[in-house]
Amino acid sequence: MTSSDYIKISQGLVYDPLHGIDGEVRDIWILDGRIIDPPTDLAIRPSRTIDASGLVVMPGGIDMHCHIAGPKVNVARKMRPEEKRRGEQMPRTDITHSGSLGSVPSTFATGYKYAAMGYTTAFDAAIPPLGARHAHEEFEDTPCIDKGFYVLMGNNHYVMQSLMKKEPQKLKAFIGWLLASTKGFAPKLVNPGGVEVWKSKRAGNVSGLDTLVDHFDVTPRQIIKGVAQAAAELGLPHPVHIHCNNLGMPGNWETTLETMRALEGHRGHITHIQFHSYGGGAGDENTFNSKAIQLAEYVNANPNITIDVGQVLFGETTSMTGDGPLGYFLSKVYGGKWFSSDTEMESGCGITPIKYRNKSLVHSLQWAIGLEWYLLVKDPWRVVMSTDHPNGGSFLAYPQIIRFLMDRTYRRDILKTCPPEILQRSSLWDIDREYTLSEIAIITRAGPAKILGLKNKGHLGAGADADITIYTPHENKEIMFEMPRVVIKSGRIIVEQGEIRETLIGKTLHVQPNYDQAVESDIQEWFEKYYSIRWRNYPVDLSYLVESCVIPTL
Amino acid sequence: MLETFILIPGRTTDQGCGVSEGKFKAKYQTAVNSLQVAPGDMERLGLSEGDRVRLTGEEGQSVEVCITAAKKEELPEGLLFIAYGDISSQLMTGDTHGSGMPTSKGMEVTMELLQKATS
Amino acid sequence: MTYAATQVYAPTPSVPGELKVIQDATCTFCGCVCDDIELTVKDDHIIEAKRACVLGKAWFLNHSIEDRPSCMVDGKPATLEQGYDRAAEILTHGKYPIVYGLSDSPCEAQRVAVSIVDWIKGTIDTTTSVCHGPSGMAFQGVGEVTCSLGEVANRGDLIMFWGSNPAESHPRHFTKYSLMPKGMFLPNGRKDRTCVLVDVRKTKSAKAADIFIQIKPKRDFEALWTLRALAKGIELDPDLVQRETGVEFSVWTDLMDRMKACKFGVIFFGMGLTMTRGKHANSEAILALTRDMNEHTRFVAKPNRGHGNVTGADNVVSWRTGYPFGVNHSRGYPRFNPGEYTTSDTLANREADCGMTIACDPMANFSQPAREHLASIPFIALDTKETPTTRVAAVAFTVATYGINTGGTVYRMDDVPIPLRPAFPSPHPSDYDVLTEIEKRVKKILGVTHV
Repeated sequence: MTSSDYIKISQGLVYDPLHGIDGEVRDIWILDGRIIDPPTDLAIRPSRTIDASGLVVMPGGIDMHCHIAGPKVNVARKMRPEEKRRGEQMPRTDITHSGSLGSVPSTFATGYKYAAMGYTTAFDAAIPPLGARHAHEEFEDTPCIDKGFYVLMGNNHYVMQSLMKKEPQKLKAFIGWLLASTKGFAPKLVNPGGVEVWKSKRAGNVSGLDTLVDHFDVTPRQIIKGVAQAAAELGLPHPVHIHCNNLGMPGNWETTLETMRALEGHRGHITHIQFHSYGGGAGDENTFNSKAIQLAEYVNANPNITIDVGQVLFGETTSMTGDGPLGYFLSKVYGGKWFSSDTEMESGCGITPIKYRNKSLVHSLQWAIGLEWYLLVKDPWRVVMSTDHPNGGSFLAYPQIIRFLMDRTYRRDILKTCPPEILQRSSLWDIDREYTLSEIAIITRAGPAKILGLKNKGHLGAGADADITIYTPHENKEIMFEMPRVVIKSGRIIVEQGEIRETLIGKTLHVQPNYDQAVESDIQEWFEKYYSIRWRNYPVDLSYLVESCVIPTL
Repeated sequence: MLETFILIPGRTTDQGCGVSEGKFKAKYQTAVNSLQVAPGDMERLGLSEGDRVRLTGEEGQSVEVCITAAKKEELPEGLLFIAYGDISSQLMTGDTHGSGMPTSKGMEVTMELLQKATS
Repeated sequence: MTYAATQVYAPTPSVPGELKVIQDATCTFCGCVCDDIELTVKDDHIIEAKRACVLGKAWFLNHSIEDRPSCMVDGKPATLEQGYDRAAEILTHGKYPIVYGLSDSPCEAQRVAVSIVDWIKGTIDTTTSVCHGPSGMAFQGVGEVTCSLGEVANRGDLIMFWGSNPAESHPRHFTKYSLMPKGMFLPNGRKDRTCVLVDVRKTKSAKAADIFIQIKPKRDFEALWTLRALAKGIELDPDLVQRETGVEFSVWTDLMDRMKACKFGVIFFGMGLTMTRGKHANSEAILALTRDMNEHTRFVAKPNRGHGNVTGADNVVSWRTGYPFGVNHSRGYPRFNPGEYTTSDTLANREADCGMTIACDPMANFSQPAREHLASIPFIALDTKETPTTRVAAVAFTVATYGINTGGTVYRMDDVPIPLRPAFPSPHPSDYDVLTEIEKRVKKILGVTHV
């Protein structure tokens, strides 16, 4: 494309919440992959005009928490051939590769499906540093979207060792070094401390924020606070991203509350919070109930906290998590095949097939609690749509969730198919609120962009990446969002009416914070003692990222 | 009636090194063309180092190979060992029992003397 | 498109007569993928490979510049262009093209191979299908509880080997990962560990073991289920167990007591399980046993993968198609069926009508019916040396050796990705170069415009 190739999206109903534009008819101009102000020189003609009259125009969608690449995702693909035999297949065309679907699509299929749905950026939620190279290789085979990943740190030995020795400066330098070495985006804590206990003893786990982790004598609370503080001092665009301890357990809402308090005012993002919002007695499913109201109250009152929901949808899917003991627990609940892998010095993971049934009180509560979260958090800029794909359901379910949020009759219809007891355990029935299109644009685009610190995404102002989705309005919002009319990525039209027209690799977004490089010799000494690969073979060279972009620190 | 043995093909150091040196060179060729027999079996059957035998599998696939005595204690009587290669491949049948893997170890074979070694 | 990582750590040309030292080089002979090798290079020879085992030394010292044409067509020297053209012609004219091998190629090349198979609607299979394919099938049935090799070194206090002879297949296994290392929680190294070896013959690995159990051949399944029953407290008939397994019942109960009492048990298993009677049922038994043991203590299992990048092949084929091996694209999309799309079968059943073998030697290692059929169809072979397979290929490429002449990424047997640090350049093209050129021509013939 030459520099004289202007593209104009003409007369669409534009939703650009960052700039306060809420369904106004406007033109959008694109040049060299970026959105520009409409040219003042009236002689300039666009080489292509997309007539968007009557169509809804939004920035491209951003999935800020999904599992789409890397070691455990690939194990899950391998592990579930039975899911892929029936149902939709993805044959190759002259411009696209073939792929397979099911709950864990293959890499090309992942990219094409996100793009066809109008999503242009996705972040893998949990990569062990030792597997970073693998994630980058898969990213290179995941076309059409920009991507990045969060780096597992909550059970990292150096992290825990620095906390134990009360060396916050070393912790800070380590996090900077680790993000630079892995070309990752943000620090991720998954069941901080709990996975280390799992590795060291049968059915091991932590029970709360103040359990001491074997050998390291630190607590999850210290890990949370320490990493949150370090992330803030490093100026990371996205703060510590936390999968709280005790996921899925009745009564775990208190752990979640304590986790948010443990941040002590630092920015923190609590992920798939639905799974962490349960009241009830420990181990007593009969008392399982929703504490979304109580937790949402805390979130509403504490602007340092952002969340993504982790919505559950009814149906079969695959649970995959860096939370090793959780995988073990779920495999016993469901009785299915179970994969678990402990990565030296760093992390763990668990994978097992699961199924959410609307006839199960617990599952229907999980579904309801997710929706409660969207509807109870007052500030849409601090609540993000996710299914923790594929744990709660596929990312392909986002249009359905949008319909739930915009149509209270629909969600009440579904509630009626659930066990009636649910009305006593969750407040969903009573919530009248319906999302507006602008609010949807916030929780699926503008909000995640802001939370991630991506100044050039999630909006349609000058300078933004030209990642734009154009929808045909429809009363049934699921139908509307399922198949955008046009999807533009980096200024190129890549999808029209669900069909891929052009593919591209997409950029990998990563951070390069300044950190005290003098600490590296200490890190190296620690590394060389117990890692099973060489120090020089651990960092990922920039050449693994075919196209990349460093997101600046704050 | 010929006695049945169980053939175990496997990796050996010489065969592995031989792959790198070249499959048409001596180290590899010697390794994959040499059938190990337990000393007790050799004695019992009147076999000597370097004798040429025929191995015949359950489906009639057969191959000729020279024998060598296994190190004492390493190979139980009733078993034969050879490094992976052409000889062991010839004794594999095409059936993978729906697994993709042909039976490559534990093949039942009969062994008969063809020619005594020239001293 | 160029996969950028092939440019990482490209080999520097040698200065004639001068010695060059490469630190942290990666050996890709077996699945240990040791990345701590120090290579001394003189001109186009590696003259020393410090820390490499006997197999690794043979690997490094025997791969220099092969004195063979880079391309032979129908047995005669040809230009590379002629070879690429002919290769693309072969692959696009068949009804059932197969691509096999890949376990000694870097991931970047493997990815191009999968692309080619996608365009030609062929079948891709890797050497996994005749190695740990059965274990892959078992894992699809019951899952797997496992860990990285450093975790074995740090925590594993009971190390079992079943149907695996690392002394000859993975010579640095004991020293680098499983028995000798002084781990974080095992400061006394070997003294803190117990090693148990189970096999049908007393291999050279038995010297390293504290306990050697010789079982009856073809009775691994019964032995493993004996242990499964003991793990679950199910009563067994001791005489039956002894008859079936060839081992006294008390040996099994003693072993199970040790397994329950350990802190972190590890079972490594090999071809002794996958290649014999039972195949995937054996692998499934050992994986299920490992899972069951987690009710008593921490326990993991690991298949000892044979080749340097067979694990990479599993990963690449899985992430691109959704399935690890034996993947057919005849309908335009991936389908998986071991026993139907695996190469031992597509050849022995005479279904393949053309193909390509990459970094493998089926003419040496496959059954007679498979070999006879392969020799009768047109195919392309890529290998660093002359082999029985290259001798019967319609087009044979002599390629540069990965990890010695060319860079890229490989995956160790525990799925840890490691970069290659090649020693000296080669005039021969790499797998990646050859496959990229073939892909270009295939796309042109088929009208594929994917960038």
